[in-house]
Amino acid sequence: MKYMLLIYGNEGEWQALPKSETDQRMAAYRAYTDAMITAGAMTAGDRLRHSDAATTVRVANGKTNVLNGPYAETREQLGGYYLIDVPDLDAALSWAARCPGASHGAVEVRPIWER
Amino acid sequence: MAQEGDRDARGAAERTARQGYGKLLAFLAHRMRDVTAAEDALAEAFAAALVDWPAGGVPDNPEAWLLTVARRKAIDAQRRRRRGEDAAGHLQLLTDELAADAAGDAQIPDHRLALIFACAHPAIDPAIRAPLILQTVLGFDAATIASAFLVAPAAMSQRLVRAKAKIRQARIPFRVPERTEMQDRIAPVLEAIYATFSEGWSDPAGTETRRRNLADEAIWLGRLLASLLPNEPEALGLLALMLFAEARRCARRNGAGDYVPLAEQDPGLWDERLIDAAETALLQASRMGAIGRYQLEAAVQSAHVVRRRTGSSDWAAIARLYEVLIALTASPVVAINRAIAVAEAEGSKAGLRLLDAAAADARLAEYQPYWAARAELLARIGDIAAAAEAYQLAIGLEADPAIRRFLQQRHNALRAPAVD
Repeated sequence: MKYMLLIYGNEGEWQALPKSETDQRMAAYRAYTDAMITAGAMTAGDRLRHSDAATTVRVANGKTNVLNGPYAETREQLGGYYLIDVPDLDAALSWAARCPGASHGAVEVRPIWER
Repeated sequence: MAQEGDRDARGAAERTARQGYGKLLAFLAHRMRDVTAAEDALAEAFAAALVDWPAGGVPDNPEAWLLTVARRKAIDAQRRRRRGEDAAGHLQLLTDELAADAAGDAQIPDHRLALIFACAHPAIDPAIRAPLILQTVLGFDAATIASAFLVAPAAMSQRLVRAKAKIRQARIPFRVPERTEMQDRIAPVLEAIYATFSEGWSDPAGTETRRRNLADEAIWLGRLLASLLPNEPEALGLLALMLFAEARRCARRNGAGDYVPLAEQDPGLWDERLIDAAETALLQASRMGAIGRYQLEAAVQSAHVVRRRTGSSDWAAIARLYEVLIALTASPVVAINRAIAVAEAEGSKAGLRLLDAAAADARLAEYQPYWAARAELLARIGDIAAAAEAYQLAIGLEADPAIRRFLQQRHNALRAPAVD
């Protein structure tokens, strides 16, 4: 059985932390990731960019609406995800617009944190 | 001597900054895919110019000199930022890309259009698109933009930083959209330029030079856009609209600084040269056979300025143009303008009926021009009490002291009913 662990947190609080504290949290994440890899439980995982970098796509009456910012309503619940690798945001948005979910809900496009 | 060299160097740097900033920044940002890093590199290059040029003289090609230095600064900064394993690979890529263009230094490729489309990308907050274009294409600093848009400098600065971070992090592309997407993508660009113009336009007396400059800069951007996208009728339409409005700037206030409505303006004060340029742009746009909001609004202006030859505006044509505009934009503001035009063409009662219909939109309850138009038409049909009430509301909603004074004068002049 596959499960997805969705991590929710307060970005503002995270940003306000002293560096020693964020280093400690990152180290904890690395250890956690390693533990799951060792246990053979890990399939994939990524850190996401802050919601500032998010763009939300909805399709209504065949028209694509692109909005700056993350998905911010509570009417809908997270129902699935795709991890895609494309050259730029326009390519990502055009896939998001074609996602059936964009017509009856919303698709948030969030960049993966790459170092 | 040293002082003179200093002045020459400063002058040359300022001239290059004014004429070439946007082109240099667009080139760097396009290559680095990072507006902030490009701005930093270019700022360092200008600082270096102020040190080097007084001593060694102003180079033959200042732009190429600045670009060479900025490239080097960009690579240095990148080296400082990235010390990880992938730094070497990334640096090589950046060096290659920046060097690839170094060969043909004389002609710096113009990526300003791609930069403008990145700034006005749908994934960028609509309110920050115009400020972002002003900063990147014209080199305005955040404090100047903040005062022009009546926003606190710290807030403006933070929003600009955030928007540039979004361009980098979400990898918003620096490219000119394909023909098939152009209609959707050019709309926010035109909107941002028009917003810039409107901010400048709201200071008609030109007392605040920063704001007046904003109107000039918007026209400059409009010209740039029309020249870079010669086959886009709406780019020409927007340019025509701005030129028509600019042509009437001096006529909008009398000697005492009081507001003069369009109908009472002296056509002798209109700038003929700008009107001719506007008519040319509008004609060129209309030949492309794709009507749009800006062309229609420019056509309204054109129907107003025929007064300089015929003595009166073509109100029937203006009413028809507004009708098409309403179908296109569903804007309550356009609905008011249409009502005013119909009142002129067919009589005050017809105009009032349209105003009543427009009032279904709740947003108009706090919109000064709605109440002013209503007051004017009520006064014309002799309903003085209702007109006075409407003027009172309009006066309370207006922020511009000159327009407030004008409305107060109209309010005070309400007396004998003038039969329509």
